[in-house]
Amino acid sequence: MDGAMHTDAKSRAETGTESGPRGPGCSLRHFACEQNLLSRPDGSASFIQGVAEKSREQLIRNTCEAVVLGALHPRTSITVVLQVISDAGSLLACCLNAACMALVDAGVPMRALFCGVTCALDSDGTLVLDPTAKQEKEARAVLTFALDSVERKLLMSTTKGLYSDAELQQCLAAAQAASQHVFRFYRESLQRRYSKS
Amino acid sequence: MAAGFKTVEPLDYYRRFLKENCRPDGRELGEFRTTTVNIGSISTADGSALVKLGNTTVICGVKAEFAAPPADAPDKGYVVPNVDLPPLCSSRFRSGPPGEEAQVASQFIADVIENSQIIQKEDLCISPGKLAWVLYCDLICLDYDGNILDACTFALLAALKNVQLPEVTINEETALAEVNLKKKNYLNIRTHPVATSFAVFDDTLLIVDPTGEEEHLATGTLTIVMDEEGKLCCLHKPGGSGLTGAKLQDCMSRAVTRHKEVKKLMDEVIKSMKPK
Repeated sequence: MDGAMHTDAKSRAETGTESGPRGPGCSLRHFACEQNLLSRPDGSASFIQGVAEKSREQLIRNTCEAVVLGALHPRTSITVVLQVISDAGSLLACCLNAACMALVDAGVPMRALFCGVTCALDSDGTLVLDPTAKQEKEARAVLTFALDSVERKLLMSTTKGLYSDAELQQCLAAAQAASQHVFRFYRESLQRRYSKS
Repeated sequence: MAAGFKTVEPLDYYRRFLKENCRPDGRELGEFRTTTVNIGSISTADGSALVKLGNTTVICGVKAEFAAPPADAPDKGYVVPNVDLPPLCSSRFRSGPPGEEAQVASQFIADVIENSQIIQKEDLCISPGKLAWVLYCDLICLDYDGNILDACTFALLAALKNVQLPEVTINEETALAEVNLKKKNYLNIRTHPVATSFAVFDDTLLIVDPTGEEEHLATGTLTIVMDEEGKLCCLHKPGGSGLTGAKLQDCMSRAVTRHKEVKKLMDEVIKSMKPK
């Protein structure tokens, strides 16, 4: 029941693996999300997990918990392992997309799909969707949203920098429009996968 | 009778109150608990503040020490926050290394400091490339009854306003720092970020300032950090049920009113402290 998914988003790539229901006697914890720091894309390795990684894990885990129908699999632990292969900006959004696709591939029942979109606001207020690492560093504010597929509601949001209320609504609207493209990509990828076999 | 029902069906018990647009402790859906703040209680710290939001109690102590500035920014100092949720504040925490909630809260406070630019790090520099101040902000929760992030942000702001740094001169001949403890200056606090937390119930209702029980029953949480110009420093929504843009807008307006309330309280306390 293991599933592996390779989502290629421009120059970024991630692999997520899913493990199915384990036997009884395992931990009572329902869900775990671990950001693997054992090997980084530049070849270095680290065993120390910082607070920033813990914070990111909590965001991804809570987003997954909101959509997964956990009640259908009691006494089950679902582990999502994300390995960063290369980071060229918008990393958290890519992690969310990979996690969603991996959950679909593993056949975990969900009430909706979700996708991650990043917006960057530069100093004169121009909105850039899906910024590169350079654009993120130079931006005044970077906002990452997770949106669900049913009603495009905001599931998760994390922001960096200062911005106004109006700019937030603008970014959210742009992210909701962009999420359509991501969901279409999901649909096409899955169609391709299941039409071959 | 009511206590039995509450234990067996906590969610239903809550829903009955929410239907009447109020909560078991008598508050409205948009009402905060009584906020009290006490500044300067710890004399051994360079700045301190104790904040109580209902039963939730957080104390913040700021210690200033010397350090060499970072190599890539020789004219900047450091502000290092740390949130500690010890076992004494709630039975859900065990002793040992910081749990996930404490780490997430520490990261949240670090983000708020970074995004809101509450202190210009250049102000903490004494001698570029050689000496700078590092402010260790330790936030300890003494009683956990929900809404820890709001209390921590307020405690941090109040403590930083209370910090007095002595004047430091570098002696030209010995190249050593000389500290003049008699001459102390307050920090230049540029903005006043205030956090407002909401809990989402049953995917639709939003309540402000959740208690510990309400957080446990909620299907999602949202924290908005706003400064006085209405600019947002942080919109922290770690998963949970979805929210539409319109609901977010309502939260923004509540955050604006909360900011005014907190600012007024802070100004009163600072004013009562001044003649010393």
